[in-house]
This record gives sequence, structure tokens and C-alpha cells, in this order.
Amino acid sequence: MIADHLPVLVVVLPLVGAFVTLLAGWADRRLCFPIAMATTVIQFCISLLILSQVMQTGPLHYNLGNWLPPWGIEYVIDQLNGFVLVVILFLCVLTCLYSHRSTPSEIDEKKIPAFYTVLLLLVTGVCGIAVTGDLFNLYVFLEISSLAAYALVALGREKRSLVSSFTYLVMGSVSACFILLGIGHLYIVTGTLNMADLARVLPPLYGSTVIQTAFIFFIIGLSIKTALFPLHLWLPDAYRYSPSAVTVLLSTVVSKIGVYALIRILFTVFTPAFIIFEIPVMEVFCWMAAAAIIGGSVLAISQTDLKRMLAYSSVSQMGYILLGIGIADSLAVTGGILHILNHAVMKGCLFMIAGSFIYSSGIRSIEDLRGIARTMPLTAAAFVIAAASMIGIPPTVGFMSKWFIALGALESGQWIFVLVILASSLLTAVYFWKVIEYMYFREPGTVCAGTVSTARDPPAGMLVPTLVLAAACILFGIFVSIPLEVIEPFVTGILGGT
Amino acid sequence: MKQDVVIRTVCRLVVPFIQLFALYVIIHGASSAGGGFQGGVIFASAFILVGIAFGIADARKRISEKMTVLFSACGLGIYAGIGILCIIFGGNFLGYSFLPLPFPVPEIRGLAAEAVEIGIGITVMAVMTSIFYDMAVDEEAA
Repeated sequence: MIADHLPVLVVVLPLVGAFVTLLAGWADRRLCFPIAMATTVIQFCISLLILSQVMQTGPLHYNLGNWLPPWGIEYVIDQLNGFVLVVILFLCVLTCLYSHRSTPSEIDEKKIPAFYTVLLLLVTGVCGIAVTGDLFNLYVFLEISSLAAYALVALGREKRSLVSSFTYLVMGSVSACFILLGIGHLYIVTGTLNMADLARVLPPLYGSTVIQTAFIFFIIGLSIKTALFPLHLWLPDAYRYSPSAVTVLLSTVVSKIGVYALIRILFTVFTPAFIIFEIPVMEVFCWMAAAAIIGGSVLAISQTDLKRMLAYSSVSQMGYILLGIGIADSLAVTGGILHILNHAVMKGCLFMIAGSFIYSSGIRSIEDLRGIARTMPLTAAAFVIAAASMIGIPPTVGFMSKWFIALGALESGQWIFVLVILASSLLTAVYFWKVIEYMYFREPGTVCAGTVSTARDPPAGMLVPTLVLAAACILFGIFVSIPLEVIEPFVTGILGGT
Repeated sequence: MKQDVVIRTVCRLVVPFIQLFALYVIIHGASSAGGGFQGGVIFASAFILVGIAFGIADARKRISEKMTVLFSACGLGIYAGIGILCIIFGGNFLGYSFLPLPFPVPEIRGLAAEAVEIGIGITVMAVMTSIFYDMAVDEEAA
């Protein structure tokens, strides 16, 4: 019986969990972490069950309040949702585990219950976006997750974290406005908000200016949310000044769900027929993504702060996902969606390591990391694995998605993007090699030798999630067929005709 | 910080009516204009008015910060609880018609929807009040 209700439980559970955490934190602050941890673990199990159901029986549909679509809100889970849901909840579980040891040194003790409450609200929001099949519902959950994210960024102890949270809030609100305007335009013309219904009603209206305007609004709004290159200005500060665990969440969960929403709106609400043939937006997308890939890498090279460098690298990597989608060839889209998993795993690992350096030694700048591999061997080794994956060295995950995107670019004759990928791989190698060189081949400096020599690998609570992700970088690279089995049916489903 | 006697007297007169109007908006949310969110905000505005006219300390005496936390969790509990009850009785989440109450189905739907609205109203009221407290703290200290 309960198996039929999994799509809604995955959203309701963290909502209830959030308020249980709040009440429990009132009695005893130590209760908050176990409750949050248990909630995310149960959710992860639910998401695995959902994915296996989807793989066996096809898309799941769930009518909230027994109202039939398109009148009621419908939750729809197909291979793409199921895949994204598993990826984000996997990262949520690991981040939650990581946060237990990392947050007490970074935020006020009094704010710990608030931290876990808001964290679970964020999880509610992202899970809601992942499962919903209703456009307005998607907007509501987008707001829930964004508001939670602003609050989490502001929890940092530094004054600058308030400023960066405010910038993030302004940019996020602008993007939400664009998305809401887009939804409004669609609703005025069609009178429906259900995604499947919209896809059915829209094709005769593709010539309409209102629909095209709505489409542009969606693209701009979601580009700000996913920090596509010229609109990324909020991102580096938000990543740099938030607590480590929050940075991990932002870079893996929040950014990935934005990309998911973009894919969903591009391919399910508007069909490939519209985005490829009606207005040639995909070409524009490809060039913007290429600019993001190169621009992000170049900016990353010039950074001296490790977290900022990783943040700019995120801008570049999001470009890969969007490039894969923009090429709109089945191989490239597969690569792009695969990169959602890959980038979540790699960047999650790298930000956890950056947080571990701060935790153990207080070091934030790359140049101060001289010789830290001697005192923090496991952390440094994990960094090398994840960095290799970012560059795209074969047995790692990063190679597989770049390979697919490059193949797709070749297959559709857009060889220029192969050059972009190649150039960016070299640039990525430059900025990661700089860090590796400082960690392994430099003598500990005199200025901050004290912190490097006394640093140790972080406690198990932080080390285990880091190492799990580092191992995942290699495992998913070797067993790449496992995620592909989920992604390919979806891609053939949407692009089968083209 | 205490305001003028006129302001205090008017506030004392107006607050019960604001609260009554808030309850009206909440209860009529399911069938006409209004709803839990709007009603909750109106209800909170009564506390905020008391805070402005009589000082934050006086408002805290009527509804403390701990109470706001408790209320916000309670309201959510009502909402999620009714949703989950529907699942237990064989419907989907918030599928009110499956609740085994001794009334015809449309009335069950109306009652359950209003109960959910009340839950939302309580949470919104509590959260709005606590936002006001959070923003007011620095004013008092300064």
C-alpha cells in the first residue's frame, strides 16, 4: 500500500522532519543531527525504490488529493526525475553526515537547530522540484529551496556571508520573477499548468509571440538560477562565504536541480520540435555554454582562494552540462545528463576537501597549502582523484561525460565545440595542477608552517563522505553503464524522433 | 517604548476585531476569497500592532518566542497529519473524501480543507510574529 505513495512521501517526510528537528532542538541540540540524518537516509532509500519502480514499470503518476490532472497537481516521475532524485539525495545524505563535524566550528552553537531545520526545508524544496509534474508547483518548490539556500548562506560567521547571501537573494528573486512571468504567460494562453497537458496544447501555438516571450523568460530565469556564465556573479561569493557543508549543498544539490528544471522545461514542456526548429535557441545555448566553459576556467586560474577557485570551476562545469543539452544530439544530451551525476560527485568531493583544510588547518588560500599532503595524506589523495576527474583523465567519471559530449558534437558536425572541450580540459589541468603542486611538491612555508605541520586528516565524520565521493569518481567511471542504463531510455524517449 | 495614550486605547479596541476578522478570513478560505495564509498574516498583524503600541516586551508576554516555535510546528503538524491520515484511509495525500467521518462527501471535503487552512493559518501567524520579534530585537538593544 505504502509503495504507491512514495512520490509524495519523499516530499512530506523532510517537511515534517524539519519541524520535528526544530522542536527537538529546543529540548536538546544534540538530537537535531540524528533526526536530520535519519530523514535524509530514509529519503535516499525511498528514492532508490522509486527509481527501481520507474525502471520496471515506466513513469509513476501520483494525483495529490485524488484530483485528476490537469485540474489537480500531479507528481510525475520518469527516468530523468528518478535519476536526479537519487543523485541529489545521495549528496544530501553525505553532506548531512559531513555537516555534523564541520558546522560546529563554523556557525554559532545556538544556530545548530536552525541549520538542520533549514537544511531539511532545502531538501523538501529540491525533492519537490524533482517530483512535480505541475509548472506552478515547480515554482513554489523552487522558492522554498531558494529561500532555504539564502538562509543557509547567511549562517556563516563572517560579515561578508550576510552580504553574499543578500546578493544571492536579489539575484535569486530576479530569476524567480522571470520564471513566474514565464509561467503566467503560458497560463494566460493555454489555461493549464500541468506539464504534460501543456506539451499537448502548445504545438499549434508555437508561432505565438506570447509563448515565445514566455520561453525567453524561462531561459533567462533559469540561467540566473544555474549561474550560466555572464549571469554567474552571485555564485563565487555565495560559495566562498557560506559554511563548508552549505557550499557542498549549493554546488551539488541546488545547482543540479536548476539544471534539471531547465531540461524539464526545454524538453518536456516545450518539445525538441520547438527549441530546435521553431526558434534556434539551442545554437545560442551552445555558444553561451562554450563561453561559460572557457570563461569559468580562465577566471578559476586567476584565483588565490581554494573555495573561490572551485566556485569558478563550477561555472565552467555547468557549461558542460548545458553544452551537452544545447548540442541536442542524443549522445551529447546523454553526456550532459551524465555530467549532472559526475559534477555532483566531483565537486561535492572537492568542496568537502576545501572544508576539511579549513577545519584542520584554517587554510583557505592555495599558496598556504604547501606540503600539506604530508600531514593530511588521505584528504590530499582524494583531492588528486577528484581533480583528475575534473580534468577528464580516463578511468574517472569526468572523462566519460566529456567523451560523450565530444562524440555528440562530432556526430552533429559541430567540431568547434570539441576544440572548446579540449581547450578547457587543458585550462582545468592548469588550475588543478597548481593546487596539487603546492600540496605535494613544495616544502611547508615559513609563514604559516605552524598550521600545516599540526594539521591532521579530519575526523571520520568528515573523512568518510569525502572518501566515498572520491571512490565514486572512479567507480562510476568504470561502471558507467549503470547510470547510462537509466539515462538512455529518457534520451531516446525525447529525441527518438529527431 | 510606550506610545501615546490615544494610540494605546485605539489599539486595545481594534485588536479583538482584527483577530476576529482573521478567523473569518481563515474559515472562509476554503469556499471564498481568503485562506490560511492571508488570515494568518492578519492574525499576526494584531500581535505586531500590540508590539508597536505597547512595546515588544508586552507583546512577548502575550505570545512568547517559544510559543511561536511551538505554534509553527503545530500548524504544520495539522496540515501534514491530515494529509497522512488520508493516505492511511486509502486515499492519496490530502484526498479528503477518504476520511471516515459521518457526513456526506462534499461536507467532509469542506471540513478537512478548513482544518488544513487552520493549520496553515496557525503556522503563518507564528512565523510572521517571530519574524517581527527577530527584526525588533536590535531596535530594543540600541
